[in-house]
Amino acid sequence: MEHLILRVITKMFFAPIILFALYVQFHGDYGAGGGFQAGVIFAVAFILYALCFGLDATKKVLPQGVLIVCMVIGLMFYAGTGVATMLLGGNLLSYDQIDPDSTHHAGQHWGIFLVELGVGIAVASTMLTIFYHFAGREPEIDDEDW
Amino acid sequence: MNIGLASIVANLLLNLSLLTLLIFVAFAMLRSRHLFAVVMLSGIYSLLSAAFLVALDAVDVAFTEAAVGAGISTVLMLAGMLLTARREKPVTPKRAPIAFAVVAVVGALLVYATIDMPAFGDPDSPANSTIGKEYVERTPKEIAIPNVVTATLASYRGFDTLGETMVIFTAGVAVILLLGVGSVRGGRDVKDAPETRGENDARKGGA
Repeated sequence: MEHLILRVITKMFFAPIILFALYVQFHGDYGAGGGFQAGVIFAVAFILYALCFGLDATKKVLPQGVLIVCMVIGLMFYAGTGVATMLLGGNLLSYDQIDPDSTHHAGQHWGIFLVELGVGIAVASTMLTIFYHFAGREPEIDDEDW
Repeated sequence: MNIGLASIVANLLLNLSLLTLLIFVAFAMLRSRHLFAVVMLSGIYSLLSAAFLVALDAVDVAFTEAAVGAGISTVLMLAGMLLTARREKPVTPKRAPIAFAVVAVVGALLVYATIDMPAFGDPDSPANSTIGKEYVERTPKEIAIPNVVTATLASYRGFDTLGETMVIFTAGVAVILLLGVGSVRGGRDVKDAPETRGENDARKGGA
């Protein structure tokens, strides 16, 4: 088996990278990071997998069709949060309308959580889409190119 | 030597070494004709800029630079590089006095403009005194989350961030339209025409 060490290390790192992406996603209110960075880190886990195990193996887990749907869902999540606050009687993206009676701005927390989730989903699926389309044009990375 | 002075000197040395390394990496990228080396150097350049942004206390920007600049961009450049030759064609350097004069004048103007810039961390600078100060003061009362950057991006400037998300979405759609042939559900494989393929291989062999 070729590149045995790389493959073992990639398998070891795959789950922690996803976990770190989720941490960055949901801890963005309290520390550095947010949906954009989390989406990129999430995509990087799959790109790392694709570099070691090939694009076809990765596409079995995350097919291109799913990614396109995710791109739209992410954007709609964000825009939908804004429209929802309008339907609740406020302006576009005025999150306080989600929970107007809260004494500690729970509406803002919910709103930021939802839009950051939308950004994360949209960015992760877009980055993977771009990578799929660039990498999909060359069947395999030659050994001499490593 | 007291602690304040020591920390200022340490900061100065750190910033100077990081910026010097950035300049060296930039020149190495200019000089190299080996595209793989150029891609790797651009990743190193991004990582160094991320370190410099941490030194400037802009951790959110540094995080983005490290993830996007050093991570995703390097991989995409690598994937793009695989589609072309491994080496840049050698070019004979030509003297272009007008271009050099324009570059020199614009560079001098930019250096001249930096003299008017406020000092780093100046509390009276426009970035720190007007709307930025307002966001910092109002976030604990109005948003009640500790990270002011997130509050600004997602709440005060939520509409801008919606636009940014649309830009990313548009970029993905554009790549699908330009490079993805066939349907979104699998589609057929993209193959270059036979003659270009042979040319590519010949160039690879020569590299």
